Amino acid sequence: MMNRRIFGRLMQAGALVLAGGLGLAGAAAADTVKVGIIGPFSGPFALQGKNFQAGVEAWLAQNGKSVAGHDVEIVYRDLPAANPQQARALAQELIVRDKVQYLGGVYFTPDAMAITPLLKQGNVPLVIFNAATSAIMTSSPLVVRTSFTTAQTTTPLGKAVVDRGVRKFVTAVTDYGPGVDAEIAFKKAVEAAGGQVVETIRMPLNTTEFSPIMQRIRDAGAQGVFAFLPSGPPTLGFVKSFNDTGLKQGGVKLFATGDLTQESDLPALGEAASGMITGFHYAVSHDSDANRRFVAAAEKAIGGPGQLSFPAVGAYDGMYVIAKMIAATGGKQDAEKAVEAVKGLAWESPRGPVRIDPETRHITQTIYLREVAKDDKGHWINKEIQSFPEQADPGLAK
Amino acid sequence: MQTALSIALDAFAYGMALFIICIGLSLTMGLMRLVNLAHGAFAMIGGYIASYAARDLGLGYGYGFGIALAVAGTVLIAVPLERLLFRRIYDRSALSQVLMTIGITFCVIGITNYVFGPTLKTIPLPADLARPIDLGFRSIAGHRLFVIASGLAVAGGLWFLIERTGFGIKLRAAVENAPMSRALGVRTELIYAASFALAVALAAFGGAVGAEFLPIEPYYALRYMVTFLVVVSVGGAGSIPGALAACLLLGAIDVTGRYLMPDFGNFFFYLAVILVVCAFPRGLMGRAP
Repeated sequence: MMNRRIFGRLMQAGALVLAGGLGLAGAAAADTVKVGIIGPFSGPFALQGKNFQAGVEAWLAQNGKSVAGHDVEIVYRDLPAANPQQARALAQELIVRDKVQYLGGVYFTPDAMAITPLLKQGNVPLVIFNAATSAIMTSSPLVVRTSFTTAQTTTPLGKAVVDRGVRKFVTAVTDYGPGVDAEIAFKKAVEAAGGQVVETIRMPLNTTEFSPIMQRIRDAGAQGVFAFLPSGPPTLGFVKSFNDTGLKQGGVKLFATGDLTQESDLPALGEAASGMITGFHYAVSHDSDANRRFVAAAEKAIGGPGQLSFPAVGAYDGMYVIAKMIAATGGKQDAEKAVEAVKGLAWESPRGPVRIDPETRHITQTIYLREVAKDDKGHWINKEIQSFPEQADPGLAK
Repeated sequence: MQTALSIALDAFAYGMALFIICIGLSLTMGLMRLVNLAHGAFAMIGGYIASYAARDLGLGYGYGFGIALAVAGTVLIAVPLERLLFRRIYDRSALSQVLMTIGITFCVIGITNYVFGPTLKTIPLPADLARPIDLGFRSIAGHRLFVIASGLAVAGGLWFLIERTGFGIKLRAAVENAPMSRALGVRTELIYAASFALAVALAAFGGAVGAEFLPIEPYYALRYMVTFLVVVSVGGAGSIPGALAACLLLGAIDVTGRYLMPDFGNFFFYLAVILVVCAFPRGLMGRAP
């Protein structure tokens, strides 16, 4: 009851302020367009939030703080862990009180799902920098995404590994939404290419001791293992266990999506992950001038090398998309026109050529097959060894 | 048979790593009656110091030096904390103890996050421990055997210290009846400080040698808090054989459950906890208060 009353008042107040704000904006000569960014800037996922920020700051540093004569102001809001209720409240606050014209960021799928119902009424587009479940795109026509989906990175990997001569697989994924997505996508891709998944293992979310899982993999007699775990401590345990139990020495190959070998975890994984093959949309070591410029700017923003990883590029490209939206609407708040303007937009991202698919509003991009290896300076990197251009999200394909 | 043996070995190693970390908590809770939720934070500090000393300092002394420095450094950090903060809550209610120690935990998390950054830290192993060792029926990381040996050494050493030395007698006396012990000339403050330091030293040692099982990162202190508390309550606070039995039992159930039915998650682990706590409300070998 209480909540609803407060909410009602907020909305009333918000509407008044909004009306006043629009009047003012019309009158002022040099206007300011506000962009609200929601991400995990503190807590266990703070590193990913820092990467959002680094991507945004890098874009601003390279392109200046105004777009087509409109000043851009970024408002960051911290959402430390997946929390749909809080995500909704933050988005509402950004729209109503801070009067942002654009929403960006969002690391977790449940948060994105909680925000999308607000977009139409708030007349605000949402540009997702990370949250990687296919279904988000269908929940509102005002969502555009510049990250990836698990199915998008896994499908080419499944085909590539069969082409490399491995036929018999076990999948070991963490038992939660994205893990199950990865398992299904990998199995489908492998079977389509003529391989076989002999066993699917779903591991509890807080597993730290993986040797029983390795024992199962050994029992199944697979030639290759496909793994999906959330980045961070579990990854390290999994990869170490894979080595310690002698599976690696026994010639079993380990494949994964790039979440497992994100650059900030590589120094810790180090030798243990050497030779591991992953499929992903971005490697910090990607060889292009656009990427070198991006990495230089983003490393400066994040405050040191070694912390930069994939969420930064999602944020950087997200800012590119938002800037195009601001230019297309002349700084006026018009969510539909803004989203319409970026459908089919194609540009050169630090990750390679990308395009916003006009149908799904998800990013079409090159997916790379990478191997964990040392560069000339002795740093561990994800070395790109094969590329699959023009990959749309198979989860959304009609 | 071979599989069963292999799983038993994994369970044993995992249980021992848990034991080294948790035994200090069991001692503070059972003997000093202090609910120290910051125990995991001290283990984490130990892990960070070991990682820093063995990897970043570049002194080239390696693993053993890192662990020694971890234990010494963590105790050095803990002693002023004991004098300033912990000493005030020894006689307070469990709720005040929980509030204060969880506050300390959050402070430690914040500080480590700020100083060392949010990324994972590893402690480089010497070549002998990093190599898989072939046992005939399977290969096991040398490090796991080292953890097993360390766990047994800690258990034996502690038992001897508490049951067979003068210090152990004074400690048990101070716990049973502090005013009477003081009247008999036992300096209880000193005894408490020493056993607190001992518990912290064990936490740091466990954090450093157990880092392969429980990787070091800022949220370590919170992430494994429940596991540590469960082990202590199942074993019975203050009992060394109890903690050892709890670690081996829970380790075995956890590892076997994960092998046979990974989809069930932690179901078997917590089922075992519920059953044990129902059958033995004070833990496997807890004493009546």
